[in-house]
Amino acid sequence: MFKIVHAQFIAPGIKRFVIEAPRIARKQRPGQFVIIRVNETGERIPLTIEKSDPEKGTVNIVVQSIGKTTNMLNALETGDSILDIVGPLGKPSEIENFGTVVVMGGGVGTAMAYPSASALKKAGNRVITIIGGRNKDLVILEKEMREVSDTVFVTTDDGSYGDKGLVTDRLRQLIENGTRIDEVLAVGPIPMMKAVADMTRKERIKTIVSLNPIMIDGTGMCGGCRILVEGKSEFACVDGPEFDAHRVDFAVLVQRNAMYREAEKLSMEEYRQGVEKKKATAAEPEVACALEGKK
Amino acid sequence: MSTPSAPKEPPKKSSNPLANKDRMKIPRQHMLEQLPQVRNKEFTEVNLGYSPELARQEALRCIECAKPACVDTCPVGVKVKDFVQLIVDGDFLGAAAKIREDNVLPAITGRVCPQEDHCEHGCLLNKKGQSLGIGYLERFVADYERKHFDIKNIVKATPTGKKVAIVGSGPSGLTAAGDLVTKGHQVHVFEALHEIGGVLVYGIPEFRLPKAIIREQVDYMRAMGVEFETDVVVGRTVTIDELMGEEGYDAVFIGTGAGLPQFMGIPGEHLNGIYSANEFLTRINLMHAYEFPKYDEPMVDFRGKNVAVIGGGNTALDAIRSSLRLGAGKAFILYRRSEAEMPARIEEVKHAKEEGIEFQVLAAPLEFLDDGKGWLKGARCQKMELGEPDSSGRRRPVPIPGSEYEIPLAVAIMAIGTTANPIIRQTTPGLATNKRGYIQADETTQKTSRKGVFAGGDIVTGGATVILAMGAGRRAAKAIHEYLTTGEW
Repeated sequence: MFKIVHAQFIAPGIKRFVIEAPRIARKQRPGQFVIIRVNETGERIPLTIEKSDPEKGTVNIVVQSIGKTTNMLNALETGDSILDIVGPLGKPSEIENFGTVVVMGGGVGTAMAYPSASALKKAGNRVITIIGGRNKDLVILEKEMREVSDTVFVTTDDGSYGDKGLVTDRLRQLIENGTRIDEVLAVGPIPMMKAVADMTRKERIKTIVSLNPIMIDGTGMCGGCRILVEGKSEFACVDGPEFDAHRVDFAVLVQRNAMYREAEKLSMEEYRQGVEKKKATAAEPEVACALEGKK
Repeated sequence: MSTPSAPKEPPKKSSNPLANKDRMKIPRQHMLEQLPQVRNKEFTEVNLGYSPELARQEALRCIECAKPACVDTCPVGVKVKDFVQLIVDGDFLGAAAKIREDNVLPAITGRVCPQEDHCEHGCLLNKKGQSLGIGYLERFVADYERKHFDIKNIVKATPTGKKVAIVGSGPSGLTAAGDLVTKGHQVHVFEALHEIGGVLVYGIPEFRLPKAIIREQVDYMRAMGVEFETDVVVGRTVTIDELMGEEGYDAVFIGTGAGLPQFMGIPGEHLNGIYSANEFLTRINLMHAYEFPKYDEPMVDFRGKNVAVIGGGNTALDAIRSSLRLGAGKAFILYRRSEAEMPARIEEVKHAKEEGIEFQVLAAPLEFLDDGKGWLKGARCQKMELGEPDSSGRRRPVPIPGSEYEIPLAVAIMAIGTTANPIIRQTTPGLATNKRGYIQADETTQKTSRKGVFAGGDIVTGGATVILAMGAGRRAAKAIHEYLTTGEW
């Protein structure tokens, strides 16, 4: 069991957990992730590590409510526990002084990009960060990113904050302005990472993406997270999660991530009904408790 | 040994009342099984075991050879003749204790060990007809112990003050742990997954090895003093060097098991509906996907569909028999050699056929076909014939030109072996591996190139069997004990 020391929503549907996991806290490097299992009947899913504190023995994870497991997680509060957390998994990011690096975070992907941005800055790079979300509320970690970047650009789809448009629009502007870019690191939804890859391929800018396929064990044993890289199978958990964006077959990634869509819908629907039932009957137990107390 | 009922005195005179010729007249006793048409829809155990009467009747068949080959052919050296004699005596707990002197997982090996390749192959009766049912007897005794022995009665060994880390809780790790804790060493087992047992838990289906049995055997080891820690990927969560350094372990045994699943590298292998056997079995066994949505891990809908498993080993058979239990309409094995070359256990092949599995041998897929939406719809296959023997000693499959054919398929499961997991290799400087990435270890001591570090099981040999991994764990435990006592490397 891993205790949640602190849990707080940082945006609508996006929650940060500070979790007691001393072994993981000691070893975590930028680019790595954890796999969690919420309870005895839970599935195993990979999640982003935002940062860790080796002295306090805690790791921060940032979770967006999407399916049943992430909704169950985000219903947990400070003081609750998560049954299993294993990590840090995957290869750490390659961190060296490349020159100028553009770090791009789309939505909750920003949490995964943050530790790499921080390490790239420490390694002496000029870090230009572009983060974005659908609207103002969904732009996360802006303050943290500003602390580790030379420049931060923010974009929102609806223009409610920063520039109206996509993170890739801002990248295009940088390229068109003739900004020297030695590397791009992009973490976010698959369409965003693919768009970045398409844009930088033409410019021959080295581009790294962090991929999040379906996983089970996270140690290379099951092969479920296989990515098609220039026609060859590579496993995101041991060969990644970071890959050369120009070699990845994004279409296969999209297709494989959709493999359990029906089951995921069913799980989510059952979970939602369960929560509503609980809410509907929430008043009754109080009455029962009060009666118990009288006896 | 920790069990008080273990007899220490030399084997007493046989209490078997029958003369050898009468013993040989008794036919081998069959174990009860669930009916094929019932069990192929259920994940409950196929074999039902012996009754005490059947067990004793079978035990009476043992002719008590002066030099029992059954013991020599056992990778962990179980004293077969002695425990069988205790069954004849009716001392079933004594028999269990006798097995435990050499094997800490009797209820597991009694179910999954390929006895026909080891003890039963060595059995003299085998040459005169049917070998003694040693596996059945071991299973009976172990199950009797599970029901009648209270683990509170286990006496812990006197502590030596030495600490050993075991990396991986599969058969080799558990065996090493059991042997070492008996010697009084402090033993701590690290497991990457959330359950103890390694391949026994994620790989072997419930209908061959119920999970409850693994848990009980692990509880037994806990009672012996073994400590277990889940959710630790050694190499990532903590390195071998950190274990030997700041964590203060005097020795480490690496038993991380089979590695990354292999794929064929043919077109279409990324289609939805194609699994590695490891992933498919992990979803079923570890994650209970067959109980979705009670459990959250999902599985592709198998009901009424055509399912093929590519391969001919025990893993392939576990996968196809599981597919049938998920409701597959037609379930078949696609194997490139003939049935004679199949590495699977005879019993598993027999069980699979009874359950309605079809065997398409001398055939292999060339390409998986897309339904246009990214899902598997079939395979283009090629027929094979057998040529000259290859490096494995088995006759090599040779493609027959012009023999290509298509089959409709909704699910394909690849059970064609594994390659070495790179995590420990990449994170342990100075640990020698061979050109295929497996850890190099001495064949008798399991010593690696790093002082204090031992390795055994599939991470050394490549994919093998539970009992061979256990043998390696045993040899390692012996050598670790020697190293810890003498300090000599």
